[in-house]
Amino acid sequence: MYDAPNLGAKVDQKAIKISAKNCQVYYGDTHAIKDVDIEIEDKTVTAFIGPSGCGKSTFLRCLNRMNDTIDICRVEGDILLDGEDIYDKKVDPVQLRAKVGMVFQKPNPFPKSIYDNIAYGPRIHGLARNKADLDEIVEKSLRRGAIWDEVKDRLHSPGTGLSGGQQQRLCIARAVATEPEVLLMDEPCSALDPIATAQVEELIDELRTQYSVVIVTHSMQQAARVSQKTAFFHLGNLVEYDDTGTIFTNPRDERTESYITGRIG
Amino acid sequence: MPVLWIVVLVLALGGAGYVMGRMRAMASAGGDARHLHSLPNYYGMHVFLAATVPSLLLLVIWLLVQPLVINSQIAHHIPSDTVAEGSSLSLVMADVRRVADGLDTAVAAGAMTEQQAGSIRTEFTDIRARLGEVGVALGANVRPEVLKAAQSYRSLNTTYTLFLTIVAVGLSLAGLAYAWLRSHKDFRARNVVESVVKSLLILASTIAVLTTVGIVLSLIFNTVEFFKLYPATSFFFEPTWLPSFGGGIDSDGNPLSKLGILPLLWGTLYISLIALAVAVPIGLFAAIYLSEYAGIHTRSVAKPLIEVLAGIPTIVYGLFALLTVGPLLVDVFGQGGILGVGWMQGGTAVMTAGLVMGIMLIPFVSSLSDDIINAVPQAMRDGSLGLGATKSETIRQVVLPAALPGIVGAILLAASRAIGETMIVVLGAGAAARLSLNPFDAMTTVTAKIVSQLTGDADFASPEALVAFALGMTLFLVTLALNIFALYIVRKYREQYE
Repeated sequence: MYDAPNLGAKVDQKAIKISAKNCQVYYGDTHAIKDVDIEIEDKTVTAFIGPSGCGKSTFLRCLNRMNDTIDICRVEGDILLDGEDIYDKKVDPVQLRAKVGMVFQKPNPFPKSIYDNIAYGPRIHGLARNKADLDEIVEKSLRRGAIWDEVKDRLHSPGTGLSGGQQQRLCIARAVATEPEVLLMDEPCSALDPIATAQVEELIDELRTQYSVVIVTHSMQQAARVSQKTAFFHLGNLVEYDDTGTIFTNPRDERTESYITGRIG
Repeated sequence: MPVLWIVVLVLALGGAGYVMGRMRAMASAGGDARHLHSLPNYYGMHVFLAATVPSLLLLVIWLLVQPLVINSQIAHHIPSDTVAEGSSLSLVMADVRRVADGLDTAVAAGAMTEQQAGSIRTEFTDIRARLGEVGVALGANVRPEVLKAAQSYRSLNTTYTLFLTIVAVGLSLAGLAYAWLRSHKDFRARNVVESVVKSLLILASTIAVLTTVGIVLSLIFNTVEFFKLYPATSFFFEPTWLPSFGGGIDSDGNPLSKLGILPLLWGTLYISLIALAVAVPIGLFAAIYLSEYAGIHTRSVAKPLIEVLAGIPTIVYGLFALLTVGPLLVDVFGQGGILGVGWMQGGTAVMTAGLVMGIMLIPFVSSLSDDIINAVPQAMRDGSLGLGATKSETIRQVVLPAALPGIVGAILLAASRAIGETMIVVLGAGAAARLSLNPFDAMTTVTAKIVSQLTGDADFASPEALVAFALGMTLFLVTLALNIFALYIVRKYREQYE
């Protein structure tokens, strides 16, 4: 039914990178996320799927405290990164976001040159000792973002002048440049055409060797193609979380089955 | 009021045409509005417009041209020796019109019959006394030529107004008939009305543009006039501003007044600079706080409060400068003040006016910058915050660069306001035109001097009065250059960012 190379693959048990326990999120009076328990593994691509408004993006944004920028949003419960509570008072959300990078739905390169886009994070966090160091970080990040060959001759032209797919890979390279441990992706391909989508998916698969990647997607084919673990959200609940192969071939919950077969959502 | 009656008549014809056109169109569709091309009202409107617009346009043009035609005809009748020494034809014509008006008033008051007004002669009647009885005061005895000219002026006026009535009403009737005949169910009345609406809009924008052109032309002509009387090099390069009250010229034929623009321009720029130095940081920081940090409640209270500053009349700011800020500055920087430096002689100084003007400009900078910062997409902020940047890093490195073209625009707008500001300067900066670097000296600006040159009793044709136009022209060019510069900046950065 789906082109899903991972379905038959054996998934090794890996270290737990992020674990959420009894997580609740409220927008004002709305209870957006209810009792979510999940353990996200290191060096794995985890996909969040579910119909629109089911809370998968909201939960994703809890993992690097991006929801802090929304006034009416309130998070309860524990979310642990490497065993430490990220909502603890002594955790600086700014530091956290450097460790847990994020790529957004729409490519959002800064109105700066390609070089400055990548160098933005390293400069802020003081990752480079000198210009040569910074040049190296920029090149390494662009290579890891699989866009180096396309932009190496025009590093100083504006990042906004690239095509949509290139912009998104630039944004991924920008997130990689701060050397995060986890990469969150909020529907990274929804604004891209199929060819650019294929390039980004290939990239995600490569990133898995170094990072824990969490991707929110509306496309079940995409979830099946790129992820090893899949979580299905419905109406703010985490309905089912298992190996991607299990979710797509042998779901336990009938809501999951209805969704992946296209009867709801 | 014959002209008013013509207008009323034409409008009445138009109203009748509206009803008739509507009815004819309805009749052609057999009384069913669904068979018409346009809604019934459009047919009525079409006839109304055809009956009124050409006729009223003709009326306006005729009324503009008629006095010119009559003047040139009458001028032929006035013998050249009637124009006295030191006088001119236009003065005699003004006399003629005054006598004609007097005769009109006399007839209207019943002191004369129409017949008498047309036939009286200076040889037999004391016109001045007769007109004096009905309240028309004439400066001198009426000469026979003038009276004769006034009488023919009146008769020409009557004739032309009669012509006008016939032509205007005729045109209105013709338009009505033509449009009425075309009011058939297949006629596209809606499209005609649409094009009339479009012409109306074009007319409005043309008037705005022509007015600007007119203002600039009047500035240019008067400036040229000024430079005929006063050397341009002295105006632009002489470092003294010292208009002599009586005007006049010295033995070499040079004007006694020294009208160098440099001290005024320096005062203008100095005061504007201080004002911007106050307004830009405060306004920009206030805007950043309001748009990025303040909660919804703080914002809803603070933003209107800041904008109240923009609603205060500048004369009130002037009083504030004169009575509060000036004395306060003297207490600090003046002789025997807190610092004991004695830099400041009196309350009126560049610093006083600059500070107060800066306060006035805060809402301009903050309000515009606030809107522009808010227009920066949230995705930019999210991207930066998601990389682990703090709020102020995000603002400095992402939001402000993206908002820069707009912010530069806001600052330059504030600068044009500062350069054109008058009242605060008059009250706060003093009236002494002076080239000095000390910001605690009294100085004055171009605008303040335009006021004082035009409100004095100098002869309007003298360089002392005409210099106001040259000053105004310079000011206009400076603001124009500033605006062009602003556009250049905005375009340059837009190219880089999009």
